[in-house]
Amino acid sequence: MDGLLPDLEVVRKDFPILSRVLANGQPLVYLDSANTSQKPQVVIDTMVDHLERHNANIARAMHQLGAEATEAYEGGRDKVASFIGAPDRDEVIFTKNASEGLNLAANTLAWPGDRQVGPGDEIVITEMEHHSNIVPWQLLCERTGATLRWFGITDDGRLDLSRIDDLITERTKVVSFTWVSNMLGTINPVAEIARRAHQVGALVVVDASQAAPQLPIDLAAMADEDRPDLLAFTGHKVIGPTGIGVLWGRRAILEQLPPFLGGGEMIETVTMERSTYAPVPHKFEAGTPPIVEAVGLGAAVDYLTEVGLGAVQAHEQAVTAYALEGLATIPGLTVLGPLDATHRGGAISFEIPGVHPHDVATVLDTRGIAVRAGHHCAKPAHAHFGVQSSTRLSSYLYTTPAEIDALVEGLEYTRRYFKLS
Amino acid sequence: MTTELDSLYQEIILDHYRNPHHAGLREPFEAEVHHVNPTCGDEVTLRVHVADGPDGWVVEDVSYDALGCSISQASASVMSDLVIGKPVDEALAIHEEFLTLMQGKGQVEPDEDVLEDGIAFAGVAKFPARIKCALLSWMAWKDATTTAQMEETK
Repeated sequence: MDGLLPDLEVVRKDFPILSRVLANGQPLVYLDSANTSQKPQVVIDTMVDHLERHNANIARAMHQLGAEATEAYEGGRDKVASFIGAPDRDEVIFTKNASEGLNLAANTLAWPGDRQVGPGDEIVITEMEHHSNIVPWQLLCERTGATLRWFGITDDGRLDLSRIDDLITERTKVVSFTWVSNMLGTINPVAEIARRAHQVGALVVVDASQAAPQLPIDLAAMADEDRPDLLAFTGHKVIGPTGIGVLWGRRAILEQLPPFLGGGEMIETVTMERSTYAPVPHKFEAGTPPIVEAVGLGAAVDYLTEVGLGAVQAHEQAVTAYALEGLATIPGLTVLGPLDATHRGGAISFEIPGVHPHDVATVLDTRGIAVRAGHHCAKPAHAHFGVQSSTRLSSYLYTTPAEIDALVEGLEYTRRYFKLS
Repeated sequence: MTTELDSLYQEIILDHYRNPHHAGLREPFEAEVHHVNPTCGDEVTLRVHVADGPDGWVVEDVSYDALGCSISQASASVMSDLVIGKPVDEALAIHEEFLTLMQGKGQVEPDEDVLEDGIAFAGVAKFPARIKCALLSWMAWKDATTTAQMEETK
């Protein structure tokens, strides 16, 4: 099959969990990577080594281990900056996850400052957002009196950009959208939307949680007007650990935003009257940060860079195309989202009339196949397609065509089990 | 593999799923509640009609509109069969019995005299991800019944 990683079997051996055997001797078929990705041995080993040999608090411990830990943590920042082509490594802020990054943006925009949002202002998001890129903006609107507006979705699961000039206007202060949909798999035109938003002076926020794992991102290479202002993703979906996320932001924007959390490490000086704040990125990293997680994330993005994001994307497209072909053989099955693998990411949501997604997932689970069933934290997008939930498979760089075959066989079995004709 | 699945998807459950009893929303009712399972999005809107008689409160009717998987749909059907026409105290005792079965990790032997078709859910207790599905309508019923009694005694 064209496009597959040439060293797929070698890559798979790097991920120890892929050789897990589940109940009843079933080998694991892991098709839930959009939920969380598995971790290669090098990430596990790097974190263990850090804890065994270099553990100390960072930036404040006046001893050798402290210096080593600080170097390892800041090294993680350098690796992440390089992974996304950040123009400046100090523009990379470590957060708890992507949700915290998006909340940082939405929360700080409520407070006095150059970018403060108020009554009459508008925030534009889309119907295909994950709840983590909906709720923070709803909160911002409730707190400030601003109005939330939405891009709709076309029947084939793309953003409806036909009304872009009606939606993004002089009143628009923020346009926030996902680069790749976690439910529909759609890849959105970041540059086109960013250009229009920048014409009206709006801030462009991009949720890259599903894009960072599978698309090459080079922020510095983007034209200035096409480049987002803030971009968030999470560590655990890019084969790194949980507990760490990334918010990249243009330095000028980050300097305009007031602090988010207050505490240690984010200050310049503190008196009883007032405090002044550290420069970015530390201004937004109050308290002891996720140190070993940053070190692990550094190893994770290095691994992906070594394989090559272009190669990962080609692999995902090949597997996705093969999966779409396989799903098309299941009678009655409907895919929610674009059917052209070259315009989508590796998450495919579908429904089978007559069998609820939970029941599909349970039957597949007894065959060792892990998928997600439910609303995938995208209830408005499900509502758009008139369904309450769906089943979702999501592949990654370690997914094989044989695993897709196992899924398709599992779905045929599911139909027989529930006596669908 | 099939036997494990069969312990979950008992024929009784699939029968109730395909032909749910007491489904649809009816009048009269003293309380209506809407419960969701936030992790998966399953929803039920449930109405309860209770009456205070000489021997205490009685569940006169339970009607519902449910969206969800086979387990949650079948559970709503079996639950309404079990509680309609029963004194509220007795229905609450059945609710407790069902809750114990669901939380028993597959170690609790169900009492068919009390739970009737509800014993078919014994296998669900071995699937941790599905216990909430089986309990959704039961929790909604308890909530609605408590609310209905409060409304009626105001």
